[in-house]
Amino acid sequence: MNFLLINFFLISILLITTFFIFKSTSLIGIVALTGAFTLVCAAIYVNLDAVDVAFTEAAVGSGISTILMVMAVAKLPEGKIKPLVNLFPSLIISVCIVIILMVIISNLPLLGDPNAPIHLHVTPEYIKESESFFHIPNVVTNILASYRGFDTLGETIVIFTAGLGVIALLTGNTLNRKTKFTKKLKK
Amino acid sequence: MQEKISTSPIFNIVSRILFAPIIIFGLYVQFHGDYGPGGGFQAGVIIAAAFILYSMIFGLKNGETLVPVKINRYLMCVGVLLYAGVGLVSLFLNGKYLDYNVLSSDPSGGQHLGIILVELGVGITVATVMIALYHSFASFGDSND
Repeated sequence: MNFLLINFFLISILLITTFFIFKSTSLIGIVALTGAFTLVCAAIYVNLDAVDVAFTEAAVGSGISTILMVMAVAKLPEGKIKPLVNLFPSLIISVCIVIILMVIISNLPLLGDPNAPIHLHVTPEYIKESESFFHIPNVVTNILASYRGFDTLGETIVIFTAGLGVIALLTGNTLNRKTKFTKKLKK
Repeated sequence: MQEKISTSPIFNIVSRILFAPIIIFGLYVQFHGDYGPGGGFQAGVIIAAAFILYSMIFGLKNGETLVPVKINRYLMCVGVLLYAGVGLVSLFLNGKYLDYNVLSSDPSGGQHLGIILVELGVGITVATVMIALYHSFASFGDSND
């Protein structure tokens, strides 16, 4: 009962935040509200006992990405606010997506159902043998670093590549070189 | 573009007080990830947050003297190489790639060692990439005005 009440409360906060993100016209306000949105998401994950996911969501989603978005917004030139003109097409698309999602949700297994397909594949093995084999109580760490070591290596390389890409695009001589190139073209 | 440096004493003192505890919390998350929630990704982000806070309050120039760009870029590679290196070491010890069982005399100890090293690699890469992202975002547009 408590679980349901807390979930209901958090999801209504999510809806309110979404409404204000939609209403807001200032970019920095949207960034701040998105940070609040992911923080509430983190609270929902805690309520669902997914502490690791909640931790990541709070640290990455509402921490670092908000800061980076603020930095990106600060670099943008100031523009005029354009009012939304024709809402009708987007309304139709949203209603369609809501209907599709509702149909999908009705086909999903119930929350916490032990017979759901996702809980029957490899998860029982991981939960049964990991503590006695690794002597590490956090199953998530075992799966992340050992059972799925290749995946995590890939993720690390993805982050590394993303960093390299941003460095190459935003710093160094890339921009200057481009302007020199365009100057040559103009001549 | 002249960089804005916060002169407010509140920001100044609060960030001075918070800097060390944030890093300690990040290290706790890093090395306690086996027993509680957390791990390399989260720890890296938290440690990066401390340095980003520092460069937000005291300016990008001071932030770049604290974490020099060159060292930061080397550390980005060190994290990935540490992760991949653990895999190579287990390959040389007649195991499979990223099979930590062979790293120590008993499989469980080897797994423990491997997981800690791998998480450390992830943590280093994530922290330095986040700092590099912030620094390149913050310095963007300053040089070619």
